[in-house]
Amino acid sequence: MTAPTTTKIRVLIAKPGLDGHDRGAKVVARALRDGGCEVIYTGIRQTPEMIAEAALQEDVDVVGLSILSGAHLELFPRVIDEMKKRGLDDVLLFCGGIIPEEDTKSLEALGFKAIFRPGTNTQDIVKFVYANAHAHPRN
Amino acid sequence: MDSLVERFLGGDRRALARIISRVEAESPDGRQYLRELFPHSGKSHTVGITGGAGSGKSTLTAALTAEYRRRSKTVGIVAVDPSSPFTHGAILGDRIRMQEHALDPGVFVRSMAGRGALGGVAPTIDGVVAVMDAFGFDYVLIETVGAGQDEVEIAGTALTTVLVNNPGTGDDIQAMKAGILEIADVLVVNKADHPGADLLASQLRALLSLAPPGQRRPPILKTTATKGEGLDLLADAIQEHREYLEHSGEMETTRAAQARHQVLAIARQILLERIRRSTSDAELSSLVGRVAARELDPLSAAEELTGIALD
Repeated sequence: MTAPTTTKIRVLIAKPGLDGHDRGAKVVARALRDGGCEVIYTGIRQTPEMIAEAALQEDVDVVGLSILSGAHLELFPRVIDEMKKRGLDDVLLFCGGIIPEEDTKSLEALGFKAIFRPGTNTQDIVKFVYANAHAHPRN
Repeated sequence: MDSLVERFLGGDRRALARIISRVEAESPDGRQYLRELFPHSGKSHTVGITGGAGSGKSTLTAALTAEYRRRSKTVGIVAVDPSSPFTHGAILGDRIRMQEHALDPGVFVRSMAGRGALGGVAPTIDGVVAVMDAFGFDYVLIETVGAGQDEVEIAGTALTTVLVNNPGTGDDIQAMKAGILEIADVLVVNKADHPGADLLASQLRALLSLAPPGQRRPPILKTTATKGEGLDLLADAIQEHREYLEHSGEMETTRAAQARHQVLAIARQILLERIRRSTSDAELSSLVGRVAARELDPLSAAEELTGIALD
C-alpha cells in the first residue's frame, strides 16, 4: 500500500509544565493519527522554549497543548511568546485539559481557536483540525 | 521563493524546516528548492542508524549526537517512523529521546513519516537528507523505522550504516541470513548492560570471520546508550569508516552507486506518473478487471498500459 503524496497535516501535541499525566495527550495524538495526520509527540515536562523549538523544526501546521496542572494561564502565554519570537505566528493553536470556563476568553485572546475539555469526542478534535489547519497558506 | 533559499543559505532554521516540508510534499516549489540546494550538498557525513523496533536507535542517535557536540560538531537528525497503511497518519515519537538537544542551536531534529515507502525509510528521504546536508551540518544522522531482516534502503542514502543489535534476540544463524547484516559498516551491540551482550558480540565476530578474505570487516562495538557508554568508540568507528572510504577509493564508488539509485528511482516515478496520467481511471479499472477475471494475464495488461512489448 502506498500513501498518496499529498501534503499531510502535521500536528505537534505537547505537554508544558510539570504534570506527568499524558493519557489525554496520547488519546488525542492517536485520534489525529487515525484521522490521517502526522503527529509529533514530544512527551511530558516540556518547557515553553522546547515546545516552540519543536514546532519550528518540525514545521507543524497545528500545535495542541495539553495541561492538567492548572498552570495554563502562566505557561500558555510563554509558549505563545516563544513561538512569536521564532516567527511562528501562522500556526493553528488548540488546547485541552482541566481548563475552567472562566479562562476561555483569556485563552482565545492568546490565539487558541478551540479548547477541548474532558468528555470531548475525539472526532470533534479531528474535524476541528481538518476544518482549520489549511485555512490559510503558510510561508 | 528566492528569499526562502537566501534565508536558508544564511542559516535560517525556519527556512530549513519549511523547505523540508515542501520537498516532502513533492510539490513543484519543493522540486525547485531541491534543484537550487543540491549543489550545496555533499559536504556532510551521512550516517544511517538502523536496527529492530525497540533496539535503542533513538536513544543511540541522541547519545551519539551528544558525543559529536562534545567534539564541537553540528548535527542534523532525520528520524523516520512508520505511517499507518490504512489512514496514512503517523505518530512521530523519536523526539522524546532527543530532549537534551531540544534547545541546542548546533542540532536540528526533523521527524519524518515513512509514507508507505518500503525499506525502512521514506519516499523523499534522499531529498530531505540533501537539504539537511546543504544547510551545512557536519553530520546528518538518519534513523530508520524499526527494521527487520530486509530493510536495506538506508545504505542507498547514508555513507556509513550503523546496525544496532541487542542481546537475546536470536541465535547466530539469524544473523547469518542474507540481508541487513550485509549493509552494516559498523555493528553495535546496544543494551550492553543486559545479559548475553558478550555472547552476541562474539557470535557476530565469529560470523564476520567467515567473510571472504580481503573484504572489510565491520567493527563490533558495545554501547549502553541510556548511560552514554561506548559512544566515543562509536564516533571513532564512524570516523574510521569515513577515512576508509576516502583512502580506499570507495567513497567515489559509493557516491556513484547512490546517485544511480536516486536517478533511477526518480525516473521510475516520472514514467509511472506519465502512464497514470495518460490512462483514465475507467481504462485502468477495465484493464485490471480483466486480469482479476483471469481473461488477461498481468504481463499483457502491463504491456497494453505502457505500450511497450516485453521480450
